[in-house]
Amino acid sequence: MTKLNTLTIAAARDGLRKRDFTAAELAEACLGAMDEARALNAFALETGDEARRQAAAADTRLGAGAAPDLCGIPLGIKDNLLTRGTPTQAGSRILEGFVPPFEGAATTRLWQDGAVMLGKLNLDELAMGVSTATSVHGPALNPWRADGGAKLSPGDGATAAVAARIVPGAIGSDTGGSLRQPASWAGVVGMKPTWGRVGRSGLVAVASSLDQIGPVARDVRDAAILLGAIAGRDAGDSTSSDREVPDFEAALSGDIRGRVVGIPRQYRDAPMDDAVAALWERGIGMLRDAGAEVRDIVLPNFAHGPAVFATIMPAEASSNLARLDGVRFGYRAKLGPGEGISEMYDRTRAEGLSHEVQRRLMIGTHMLSSGFYEVYFNHARKVRRLIAQDFETAFESGVELILTPGAPTAAPAADDPALLDAVTMYDAHAFTVGASLAGLPAISVPAGTDAQGLPLGLQLIGRAWDEAGVLNAAFSLERAAGFVASPARWW
Amino acid sequence: MLDLAMNAPEPRRIAGATGDWEIVIGLEVHAQIATQAKLFSGSSTRFGAEPNANVSYGDAAMPGTLPVLNRGCIAQAVRTGLGLKSRINLTSSFDRKHYFYPDLPSGFQLTQLFQPLVSGGEVLVEMGPGLVRRVRLDRIHVEQDAGKLVHDMDPAMSFVDVNRGGMPLMEIVSRPDIRSPEEAAAYLGKLRLIMRYLGTCDGNMQEGSIRADVNVSVCRPGQYEKWLEDGDFSHLGTRTEIKNVNSLRFVQQAAEYEARRQIAVIEDGGTLIQETRLYDPDRGETRSMRSKETAEDYRYFPDPDLLPLVIEQAWVDGLGAGLAELPDARKARYIADFGLSDYDASVLTAERENGEYFEAVAQGRDGKQAANWVLNELFGRMKRDEGVDITNCPVSPAQLGGIIDLIGAGTISGKIAKDLFEIVYTEGGDPARIVEERGMKQVTDTGAIEAAVDAVIAANPAQVDKAKQNPKLAGWFVGQVMKATGGKASPAAVNEIVAAKLGL
Repeated sequence: MTKLNTLTIAAARDGLRKRDFTAAELAEACLGAMDEARALNAFALETGDEARRQAAAADTRLGAGAAPDLCGIPLGIKDNLLTRGTPTQAGSRILEGFVPPFEGAATTRLWQDGAVMLGKLNLDELAMGVSTATSVHGPALNPWRADGGAKLSPGDGATAAVAARIVPGAIGSDTGGSLRQPASWAGVVGMKPTWGRVGRSGLVAVASSLDQIGPVARDVRDAAILLGAIAGRDAGDSTSSDREVPDFEAALSGDIRGRVVGIPRQYRDAPMDDAVAALWERGIGMLRDAGAEVRDIVLPNFAHGPAVFATIMPAEASSNLARLDGVRFGYRAKLGPGEGISEMYDRTRAEGLSHEVQRRLMIGTHMLSSGFYEVYFNHARKVRRLIAQDFETAFESGVELILTPGAPTAAPAADDPALLDAVTMYDAHAFTVGASLAGLPAISVPAGTDAQGLPLGLQLIGRAWDEAGVLNAAFSLERAAGFVASPARWW
Repeated sequence: MLDLAMNAPEPRRIAGATGDWEIVIGLEVHAQIATQAKLFSGSSTRFGAEPNANVSYGDAAMPGTLPVLNRGCIAQAVRTGLGLKSRINLTSSFDRKHYFYPDLPSGFQLTQLFQPLVSGGEVLVEMGPGLVRRVRLDRIHVEQDAGKLVHDMDPAMSFVDVNRGGMPLMEIVSRPDIRSPEEAAAYLGKLRLIMRYLGTCDGNMQEGSIRADVNVSVCRPGQYEKWLEDGDFSHLGTRTEIKNVNSLRFVQQAAEYEARRQIAVIEDGGTLIQETRLYDPDRGETRSMRSKETAEDYRYFPDPDLLPLVIEQAWVDGLGAGLAELPDARKARYIADFGLSDYDASVLTAERENGEYFEAVAQGRDGKQAANWVLNELFGRMKRDEGVDITNCPVSPAQLGGIIDLIGAGTISGKIAKDLFEIVYTEGGDPARIVEERGMKQVTDTGAIEAAVDAVIAANPAQVDKAKQNPKLAGWFVGQVMKATGGKASPAAVNEIVAAKLGL
């Protein structure tokens, strides 16, 4: 019999409804997988007891019939999403000991639907980075890099846990690509919905104008199911939309005949692996074969994305994270005699935050400083507007979707010097920051592998609020690509 | 009605060793919006609660919390703007102003730097008969208050109370149109009065509902006019800002002290620096807090957690239609409709509740008589009691009206009415019933009065002769009759009968 932890959400849902197995059995299978996969360091905190309680409750509900899609489905929750009564540290020492007394709309909806929380997923400290190198828990590892310890690749808890079949799905957040680019590196689906589609209450904010909560899943259907569960108006977030949430799963017809797909042709010259360039070309062919109309488009300001991101993200973060000051919760430095509030702030933040985070907060503070605000921050805001307008122009010309690679490279090895180079790492976001800056929905779908057998993803960006269209095109692409590889187990 | 044809008062001049100086003052007034809930959370705004009782997770800036605007606060600020003849901006936005201090849990205050809700406006400040200072407003923006630190509970530790954190404030910024310390206090008083009329700020200065930052500079005569001409602030001299002054008296004292200090510095050959100062009411002086060079960099930027605040003109119009009558309009109405003197109308509109009380009494009665009773009897009586004012006075408008009605009906005399008022004031009760029960009714039975007059005439033949020579002495007989009847005889009837009996 198939191991239950390897089932997709849709398959698990159908099996639970048919009572082929119980939610308790499903949870045990996932807990077992989690136990065996500690080497991946995907989880910051395991919540097995809670998972068993929730699974038992789900079984009762399933027994009564008519349970929601996620009833009894085990999930991982990225540890920058607050979970009531369960420690939430966001990968940082400065939130040591913080047990949230509340949580946000997105996770609340999961529990209302009967989902089962397996644990809190490892992430970069305060979600800043493209690997988990800065996490206070140490890096999570990408299950795909099996070629000996030295070659292990720092990964991301959510995508690692899903790729390693510990959980069928996870909920995380995306500021510049943190759902899509790691998904591309881990052979799973990651989706960032339209800014405002999912309420941000309960998310430890990094850059409010960029942050979105979204799903990580094994396939597009599961991403659609997860997104449908967490989307919708959040009374705790003024920027969340009260638009009706469509049935995303029902939108997955796979029929994209006549859909107009734009290809930002000038990026064919951008630095990227040959395998990525080849995959992009294949992806274009797959969409064309499925009946889509493929057009070259020009996004003149798309290349400025990483620079704009590198200005706005740290600026907003420097403001949002000012509350991590040791006064009311989390870590507080021990003070010596005669030391006062200034020392408390200085030392709490010096000891509680890693150098990478400190570096970003200092950059952000500088960007907003008197005399630099106009030159950096406000200038970046204006270019951001231009980037968004480029997308609007393309959409107005009839384009409905835009296809790009999910990341310019495959997952780097742990000893890749690029991982230590801040500028190179900004480029890892090159394809993903555009949709973040413009607030558009975007998804990364695994579509192939490179010569080493490492997964590669393609990204589809859609019109604002057209997650259904994005998911459906991704569904078509997924079927055409027929990506079935899974990481060989070495852990 | 106040109108601009009235003259502006002369600016205050101070004679220095090197010549005359003029004062220039602008105020930034922080007024707490009258509301049940905070600006961006549902927490209560009740004053005097246990420390940190009115603090939500958002007020404490827990991670994962986001601001959700309380539209009621915006309605109040719009009303205030409409009452001050300002322009309401249908699109405004909130910005973050950053500083690290434990009274500010999030590390930033939400305020409106770039696009305020309200622009322009004016306050007319009466400085004497026919003298009105027109103070123009620059803007009114809405912002959050900070919490406070408590340092005196423990020798080693400080405590934070965030109850006040997130309370909604309007910052009302004037132009530097105020030209004397007296005008500064009067301006603040008028602003407070208007907001109390509008119901948008309770005006309770003891509880800190209104605080002012007073900007003061001095310049030579003629310089102010140059500024008016070309807008170059350098004509007005270097200004200092006195923070957080919380009474009208202190505003006046602080401005006066600061102007004289600045003149002394300049005349001693020193240089003024643009700085923030604090007023110490115990010592009556201002002290330096920080200078501009060391001022904090607040790193303002638009709050990305809040969409621009867009309001509808129709909504603004609706608020305007429901706007309460303002003090100047009410005063004009009292003069025109009730025939009150300028002075009486001023006193009756000096607090919103004065007018409300007066109008309740005047309803269906003679306005002038009602005003006399309210101003002379009621206000005169309340003055003798500590802590009694119009909001808690023991005589209701219905009771006072009842007394006036008893006079009008001839049931009691004016003199008895004053006794009756004292009884109602101290003991309470229905005036008509008291008159009935205590036999205070005026005697209008002419037979009884005639008998009393006859008795007085019979007992005082010498006075009768004198009165016949000098009719003015009839008043003596009237007094005697009133005395004999215990004041209850109708004075009109007594007058008439005395005159007739004496053959005058």
